[in-house]
Amino acid sequence: MTSQPNKLAFNSGWQYAAAPEGTDHFSIGKRYGLFINGEFVKPATGKYFNTVNPATEEVLARVALAGDEDVDRAVAAARKAYKGVWSKMKAAERGKYIYRIARILQERAREFSVIESLDGGKPIRESRDIDIPLAAAHFFYYAGWADKLEYAFPGRKPAPLGVAGQIIPWNFPLLMAAWKIAPALACGNTVVLKPAETTPLTALKLAEVISEAGLPPGVVNIVTGAGKTGAAVVDHNDVDKVAFTGSTNVGRHIMMALAGTNKKYTLELGGKAANIVFADAAIDQAVEGIVNGIFFNQGHVCCAGSRLLVQESVADQVIAKLKDRMETLIVGDPLDKNTDIGAINSAPQLEKIESYLKIGQAEGAEMYQSSCSVPKKGYWCRPTIFTGVSQSNRIVQEEIFGPVLAIQTFRTLEEGLTKANNTPFGLSGGVWTDKGSKVFKMTQGIRAGVVWANTFNKFDPASPFGGYKESGVGREGGLHGLGAYLSLD
Amino acid sequence: MSAKEKPKTLQLPDLDRVALVDEVGVEERVARFRSRSIKNASKVEALKMILSMIDLTTLEGQDTPGKVRQLCQKAIHLHDGMPGLPHVAAVCVYPPMVGIAKKALGNHNINVASVATAFPSGMAPRQIKLEETRIAVADGADEIDMVISRGEFLQGHYEFVFDEIAAIKDACGTAHLKVILETGELGTLDQVRKASMLAMHAGADFIKTSTGKIQPAATMPVTLVMLQAIRDFYFATGRRIGMKPAGGISDAKLAIHYLVMLHETLGQAWFSPEWFRFGASSLANDVLMQLQKQQSGVYQSADYFSKD
Amino acid sequence: MTNERVAVAKTYKIYIGGKFPRTESGRYYPLESAKGAVLANMCRGSRKDFRNAVVAARAATGGWSKTSAYLRGQILYRIAEMLEGRREQFIAELQLQGVNRRRAESEVNASIDRLIYYAGWADKYQQIFSAVNPVSSSHFNFSVLEPMGVVSILAPESSGLLGLVSNIAPAIVGGNTCVVLASQSKPLCAISFAEVLHASDVPGGVVNILTGFKPELTGQFASHMDVNAVVYCDGTVEIAKKVQELAAANIKRVVARVARDWSGDSAQDPYLIQDTQETKTTWHPIGS
Repeated sequence: MTSQPNKLAFNSGWQYAAAPEGTDHFSIGKRYGLFINGEFVKPATGKYFNTVNPATEEVLARVALAGDEDVDRAVAAARKAYKGVWSKMKAAERGKYIYRIARILQERAREFSVIESLDGGKPIRESRDIDIPLAAAHFFYYAGWADKLEYAFPGRKPAPLGVAGQIIPWNFPLLMAAWKIAPALACGNTVVLKPAETTPLTALKLAEVISEAGLPPGVVNIVTGAGKTGAAVVDHNDVDKVAFTGSTNVGRHIMMALAGTNKKYTLELGGKAANIVFADAAIDQAVEGIVNGIFFNQGHVCCAGSRLLVQESVADQVIAKLKDRMETLIVGDPLDKNTDIGAINSAPQLEKIESYLKIGQAEGAEMYQSSCSVPKKGYWCRPTIFTGVSQSNRIVQEEIFGPVLAIQTFRTLEEGLTKANNTPFGLSGGVWTDKGSKVFKMTQGIRAGVVWANTFNKFDPASPFGGYKESGVGREGGLHGLGAYLSLD
Repeated sequence: MSAKEKPKTLQLPDLDRVALVDEVGVEERVARFRSRSIKNASKVEALKMILSMIDLTTLEGQDTPGKVRQLCQKAIHLHDGMPGLPHVAAVCVYPPMVGIAKKALGNHNINVASVATAFPSGMAPRQIKLEETRIAVADGADEIDMVISRGEFLQGHYEFVFDEIAAIKDACGTAHLKVILETGELGTLDQVRKASMLAMHAGADFIKTSTGKIQPAATMPVTLVMLQAIRDFYFATGRRIGMKPAGGISDAKLAIHYLVMLHETLGQAWFSPEWFRFGASSLANDVLMQLQKQQSGVYQSADYFSKD
Repeated sequence: MTNERVAVAKTYKIYIGGKFPRTESGRYYPLESAKGAVLANMCRGSRKDFRNAVVAARAATGGWSKTSAYLRGQILYRIAEMLEGRREQFIAELQLQGVNRRRAESEVNASIDRLIYYAGWADKYQQIFSAVNPVSSSHFNFSVLEPMGVVSILAPESSGLLGLVSNIAPAIVGGNTCVVLASQSKPLCAISFAEVLHASDVPGGVVNILTGFKPELTGQFASHMDVNAVVYCDGTVEIAKKVQELAAANIKRVVARVARDWSGDSAQDPYLIQDTQETKTTWHPIGS
């Protein structure tokens, strides 16, 4: 089939009525302090900043801005807790505290889901079905490692590093906190965590959970703020390990800042993953995988399948089906249970995405957006694809971090693989083919840390995650995620 | 249907070239349909649409004229206490009951559908199947629900299955032909897709999942694969084919999710009893209870809804 | 005396892409014995030599990383065999560079044994470090190691042969290719070792060895955008800082192996192989 003479109509007739998730079952504080040594304290800076609901542009809460002095206090509390309690505790007991966190998160899952969607703009379906359950699962997974570490490293004696400074992004706020905190604690470290400035609320709610779980004061400290606060954590002399998830540029600066110190570091950075669809793929499922690859979480995903490489003989068919599928994506209120694509996380991010839409068009690519309407207030971007794109275009080479897909075609396996690997990034990749031997040739050939074959954007606490090349250093998740928080002498 | 209305060149497609299906991907997509939350006005609209799409069915060895007449009454009077309800699309019975149903339904604009072709096994000589079809049509059946010869299909005798469907279609005359794939006996979704393509190319007006006599009967994954086959056939030929999941859909919530799946796969054009049916016996009452609940705000008891 | 044979002095060149060119720069540095006699004129490799070596190393990654683990093990074993056959030459070279006979013997023996050690790991380290991960969804999920690609190695200054071998072996047994800067003060064995490699079925470009000045070339080894990992074995905090700062340009992996005793048992283990490996995790649905 080369053309699609018959259009399907999705936007007339029966429509889904609004199905908003309730918000009457929890409360968000007006103002949040810093979580240091087991309690919320006022920042020494005396300053607070707003965290905004990106779907309404309304202020949700005021959040403390941590300065150097505050970071210093947090690190000191973490050091004290490390020396005094956490490193001395029996590993099995340490594990039980982490299990408690997992359990309480499960109990309070609905509250966390709603706050995550309010603060970050992601659809409630995703925070409810993915972010929050996975965060709890992560704590559950690593809790069990606490007293089994020697089995993970044959011939070595694993020991904790000390204080871990952790900086997380705004795309999966609670989940990234879990990715960072769970293995750090399981390995016997204490933590100073800095959430992203646009999405601090679930981390602060997590502080409540940590208190509720009875963790000794200072084992987990949470300091809110922007880049400067993060830099203070990275640069602090008494931090033994830095874990960062965010952009490659910031990661590069952190790597340079850590040069000459003995601090260990893990970096989870950007990506520009290719999703490679062969003619012999299960096409309908591949289309679904393309959608999951780029429109999941508004495309605010470092491992997003932001490049589609489709074999020429099925390109028209795949693109036609993709366009139809895009018409059925519901963009709007993140709290509506039927929303597929929520709000763009912040005004600057929307601006960045929109600049790339202009760049793509200026480069000569053809832009197609779904016909959905978007709310007047808030930050929104319709699902977007670019066709007629070349490898040399910026929208192919640079990470956009939005619901924007660049589509290229290829003829042979080698061409597809070459284009897929022709990038400084190497976080993830996807391949779609029904032929088993080709699956393995491709998954081996793609230079990336996570490769999804006949699926995309799947995550699990047991599954290591992390990039090749400029997509990062080290792995998080699974057994391989432990090494980053241990010395192995 | 007269000979000149028949598609000019019925031709068995190359089933090796039928697009492949990945089971896990299908299940993930179905999970997304099931996560849709259908509320308020859109729920009422859906429930009424479901009622209008039901092929109210009795296919028992113990069926009697009395039973069939009662079922037809139910088809006409779904729940008279609730005004403004649609009636079901059809009543589905065995061939000997067609005349009785036809008479019982009178001029209420409800079709009579008859299973045929040695339902449910399909194990009979072709001549018998053709004769059975002709008799059912002659007795007034508006729709024929045939079964494919699964044994032949599984042996790879696609030509045989194709010719049989085409012959039955011919015997249907003006009656609509629904082709039952009996997906519970086909093994994989790839086979479901192949059988769907085969049936559509052979002249089916509808494709239907199951007889209801084999488990599993209709499932959302199977139905999705068939809907996608219908879409691809439509793109390739411009011909619109109907879909009928049958068996196992007994509650309104599940039926609504089928509608969500239909809505997001084939779109608005298929959103009518002309193109989508539910083969079910107990679904109607659950839908009625849900409608009553929507109107009254009070959860309902089955004792207040007639069971025929 | 008049009939005494005139010895043929060896010209020490560098090793790039399976060939022994002189440095493109035409520069050299005299290597002197403790007594001040010139032992050899060593190539003073340049950044262009390094660039050429990286090109050769990159070109060799495809073939070498796909070479079966069994064959890589056999090739490492072959290197050990070749080295064993030239024991006396290496002992003599070490002695020339100021190591006493007993220690020279022990260094050469340890180097041979180290190659055997890593040869044995070739088809085993994957089994130690890979995993099948029990994910909750209907997917088969596994993590395996893959070579990082091109590794630049600033070899230990103090251990001209054993230190060199101890860093090359774990990199190449894992399917990486490498560019090595030999000990500046003890470079002789490095070039002779290149000859051993050359005679050992190691494909050209898999190991490239330069001699030259560390201060001049360290920055190049750390900054090259087509190098995936940099290993350094000596130096002050300033050097460590410089290496990592430059490595950050392409988020190069930095492996520090400073102040190690390369003669000890602790100087060899599979974790040194893992140092220059990436973990790749693959997902596939389980269905029909």
